[in-house]
Order: sequence, then structure tokens, then C-alpha cells
Amino acid sequence: MSDAIVSIRNVTKAFPGGVTAVDNVSLDIAQNEFFALLGPSGCGKTTLLRMISGLEMPSSGQIIIGGEDMAFTPPNKRPTNMVFQSYAVFPHMTVEQNIAYGLKVTGVPPDEIRRRVGEALEMVKLTALATRKPDQMSGGQRQRVALARALVKRPKVLLLDEPLSALDAKLRDDMRLELTRLQETVGITFIIVTHDQDEALSMASRIAVMDRGSVQQVATPAELYEHPRSRFVADFIGKVNLIDARVHRQIGRKVDCEAKGLGRMELASDTLVGAQVAIAIRPEKLKIALSEPAAAIRIHGKVRDVAYYGDSSHVVVEAADGLMLSVNVQNETRRGGAGVERGQPVWVHWAPEDSIVLSE
Amino acid sequence: MKAGYGFKRVQGPLDYGSRTWLKVLFVAIFFVLYAPIVTLIAFSFNTDKRGIVWRGFTLDNYVKAWNNESLIEALTNSLVIALIATVIATILGALVALMLWRFRFPFKAGYEGFIALPIVIPEICMAVALLLFFVNSGMMAFFVDMPWPLNLGNIIIAHVTFCFPFVAVVVRSRLVGFNRQLEEASKDLGASEWQTFWSIIVPYMKPGLIAGALLAFTLSLDDFVITFFTSGPETVTFPVKVYSLVRRGVSPEINAASTVLIVITVVATVIAMKLQAPSKADKG
Repeated sequence: MSDAIVSIRNVTKAFPGGVTAVDNVSLDIAQNEFFALLGPSGCGKTTLLRMISGLEMPSSGQIIIGGEDMAFTPPNKRPTNMVFQSYAVFPHMTVEQNIAYGLKVTGVPPDEIRRRVGEALEMVKLTALATRKPDQMSGGQRQRVALARALVKRPKVLLLDEPLSALDAKLRDDMRLELTRLQETVGITFIIVTHDQDEALSMASRIAVMDRGSVQQVATPAELYEHPRSRFVADFIGKVNLIDARVHRQIGRKVDCEAKGLGRMELASDTLVGAQVAIAIRPEKLKIALSEPAAAIRIHGKVRDVAYYGDSSHVVVEAADGLMLSVNVQNETRRGGAGVERGQPVWVHWAPEDSIVLSE
Repeated sequence: MKAGYGFKRVQGPLDYGSRTWLKVLFVAIFFVLYAPIVTLIAFSFNTDKRGIVWRGFTLDNYVKAWNNESLIEALTNSLVIALIATVIATILGALVALMLWRFRFPFKAGYEGFIALPIVIPEICMAVALLLFFVNSGMMAFFVDMPWPLNLGNIIIAHVTFCFPFVAVVVRSRLVGFNRQLEEASKDLGASEWQTFWSIIVPYMKPGLIAGALLAFTLSLDDFVITFFTSGPETVTFPVKVYSLVRRGVSPEINAASTVLIVITVVATVIAMKLQAPSKADKG
């Protein structure tokens, strides 16, 4: 990609002591993207972010920002700015001084500083609190200061390290919308690190799912959810039923496979004959029927558990061979949730095109 | 009376203050600790020349002390020594604290223990060691003939030696609470190492620096043993002067001068303690 603002090429980071936090990662992040690095804790996503900011140096590989190799550029000379997980708002400075700091140390004239700080305060709606000290502010307000402080520098790339993790649930939802809005107004590339899949799915235009130092898949949220390429991705993004299966025959672009408890079925895939695969199916794509349905894929079982969540109910069905299936039922009417009870015999069925064959 | 219900107020586990014998003990301890000081201050306002019997209130002693040239000279010496030693000890101590906080190097733990040595070593040992060092290195002879205030040189060096570890310990414990992300944020925002040090780290250290400096100041001001050993025959500091005067009998003048010194020391200590109290907003 030639229009990439950030280009990560074969970057590896090994810490002394033998821990490889980031293992041969290559990524291209385009101008104006809201890009998320998503993964469980310890997957190397924060280390990758810190390498982009320059606070950490890669052991090998190249990081190119805006067409320039950043190998010998220290963090204070990079066109990136970071919003830290702890916000790192300077405690001895007022809101204004915090925001002005980055401009002052780089010798921006005082008139311009005043104007830009004013604009930044307005952007994050903190004008009224300009002269407050951080210890007189809430977590959400401090985060806005951290955001304004980074954005006032007009970086090419804004880096956000778990920006919402320290906020309470309500504030988190507000901030999520706020961040998306900000990204659209300022038109800066945002790279966000998060372990929360909801956060990544709802905000990012593209997501890189990371596990144990390497990138598993880079795709749009919908693509990740509907077309995961590995068990890890399918399992990490949303809920999924994984059913072990074996490929028997290949018919064009389909495979004929046999799954535990389900018998033979034809699914779209280009996996090799004989391969051990997993059939992945999302809980909301499963249907429950009380009498035997006509669907191609159906299985008989017993309701083991029903959990009521208000808008939906979560039903666990135990089928033959001990296969457990999670079914998500939307409670579309006000009559008694999922309409099934524990111990009730039911049929579970789904359309073949809703399942995914995963070889890894 | 039998142990019964409702007769006696039940004492909570931390209600020590409500026990009579504890209150008595408390008062007794305070009396023993502070009676001499209170007496000293009270008698500084006494009209009696010998200073043994209370005869009436006066401020004459303060005036006399002020007019006693040798006493004032000693006090000036003490203050000059304390000021210079404090400045040097604070800078040195802060640098040591920064080094111990910031860097990893071989034998760091050993070095850290070594720094604390002047705090625990008996003062008389330090005094003898410093005296031997000054005499054998020729520094004693070198400084003694210098004009004022250079003739205080060896005393200042000695005071710095026992003061800077206190500063180092105070500043070091302050730095433990520093959020390293503040430093990273500063660099990320475009500040150089030097700018980050002056505008982020030093302001953070400031309460520790002030507390350490005041500690060094009071330590230096009332030091007797080390000063006595390391001063030349002509130089006299306030504690040494008081000692020589007391040998010729206690006069209310000394009470007055000592009261002034107590006030200076107490005020400095109170400020130091106030500044050392951790504030809740430090984590950023």
C-alpha cells in the first residue's frame, strides 16, 4: 500500500530475558483510518504501539511513518502523539498548561499557543475547566485533557493505549462515540490498543487481531465477525460454537465433512481432504424448534440452561455425544423469553451458509 | 460490683485514650520530654541574672544576647555554614537519589546501603574520622588561615558529608511514587530529556527537595560534635559558643539565644513535615 501513513515491516521486539513480545509483524495503516490493535493481555499490542511512538525500539524490522523510516527518530521528534492508559496528565500543571506543554517545549509562539489551546479546550468541551488542576477532575475529564494535549500537536497519527479501560461503563459508551466523532472531525489517523472486542468492533474501521506477538487477521469488524480465518479469531471476537469435524470429500468449492454428533454436511471451504477442521457457528445464527425442522443441518438435544438477559436469552442445548451448543434467542415479544425450559427436548438447526469451516 | 451489663462503658479495641492510667502515662512522658525546653524558654524571659529563681518578666535577655558580639558572630557563622552546607547537600543528595532511582548498575544495593552509612554511624566516629582526614590532608591548615567565610570551609565540608544522605533518602522516597508515564508523555509531546527533567521531574521532586533541605539545615545548625572536632581554634559556631558559655555558668542570654534557635528549628521542621506529607494527586 503506497498511501499508508504507518507501515510496519517485519517488526520483532525481543526483551532481554527471552520474551518475544512482538514477532515479525507487518501492517499497513492507511491515512484517516481508525485502526484497532485487538488482543488478549500480553499479546504484544501495547509494545507494538509503543514502538510506533518511539518509546520502545524494535529489535529488528522497520517502522515507516509518513514515508520516513523512524529507526533513528526519538519519540519527541516523531509525528505521533499518545494518549496513555493512566492518562499521564501532569499533576503540577493546570488543564491549560498541560495542553500548552507540547507546544511550549517545541517553541511555538505564545500567540499561536493561546489560540490552539483555546481550540483544543473547545474541542474536548473543557473550556470552563481551563484553570483546574488534575486532582480536581474526574477520570473522564482527565482523559479529555490527555486527548486535547495530544491532538493540539496536530500529529499525523494519534495513538491511544486502552483509553477507555479506566472509565465506568456509562462513561465508556459516551467516550466511544466521542472518540469516533473526534476522529471524523480532525481527520487524523487513530491507532487504538484494546483488549475489549466490543470497543474495537464499534469504533474501528479496521482491526488487527493479535495473539502471542503475531497478527492473526486484519479486517473490517464485520469481516472479522462473519469470516474469521482461525479458531482464535472466531473465539476471541464474539461468542462462537466450535464443532470438531473431519473433511471427507471435496466437491468443487465445497467440502463434505463429518462433524461430531451432526453427521455429514456440505459446507463452502477449500480445505484439503482428511484435514481436521472446526465448524464455527455464531449463537445468534442457530434456531430452536420444538418439532423436527426441515433444515439441512439439524440436531436433537435437551435444554441444559436458560439465561435471561432482557433483550435476549441465552440457551445452552446439550445434543448427542455431549455436544454443547449455545443459542442466542432474541426476545422479540413480551411472552416469556425464549419459550423453552430447562430439560425440554428441542431441535437446533441452522443454514449451512451461516457456518464457517476453520482449519487452524 | 460484679462485671455486669450497663454499668461500664464498653471500650473499643482502639479506645486507649479513655483509660486513665494511659492518660497519666501520656502526661508524664510529655512532662519529662518537654519540661526542660519549656523551662529554658520561660527563663529566657526571667529578670534574675543568675537564672535560677523566677523574679519577673523581661525581654532584656534578648537585647543583651543581640548585643553580645561573640554570640552574634557564632550565630552568623552557624547560619552561614548551615545555608551553604544545605545548598550543596541538597544538590548532591538529589543527584544521588536520581541516580539510584533512574539507573541500574553493578553493586547498586551495596552503594545504596553505603549512602545511608553517615546516618547510622556514631557521630563521634565521624567527627574523629573527619578531623584525621582534614589534618592529614593538610586541609585544616589550608582553611584555617583563609579570610571569612572561607575559614569555615572544613566545617561546611563536614556538614555536607553528614547532611546529604538525609536529603538523598527523602528525595529517593519521593521519587518512588513517580509515574514513569509522565516522563514518557513529556517526551512524546516533543520535550527533550533536559526539558523533561526540568519541567516534569524537578517539580515532582520539589516537596522532597524542600523537606530534605530543611532537614539538612536544622541538622547543620545544631550540630555540635562534628563541628567541635573540625573547626579551627578561631572559628566558633553557635552550639560550640553556648557550650563554652555554659561552662562558666548559665546566663539568661544563652536561654534567649537558644530559644531563638529552637524557634528556627521547630518552624523548619514543621514546614518539612508538611511538605513531606504525600498529596493524593501525585499519580497524574
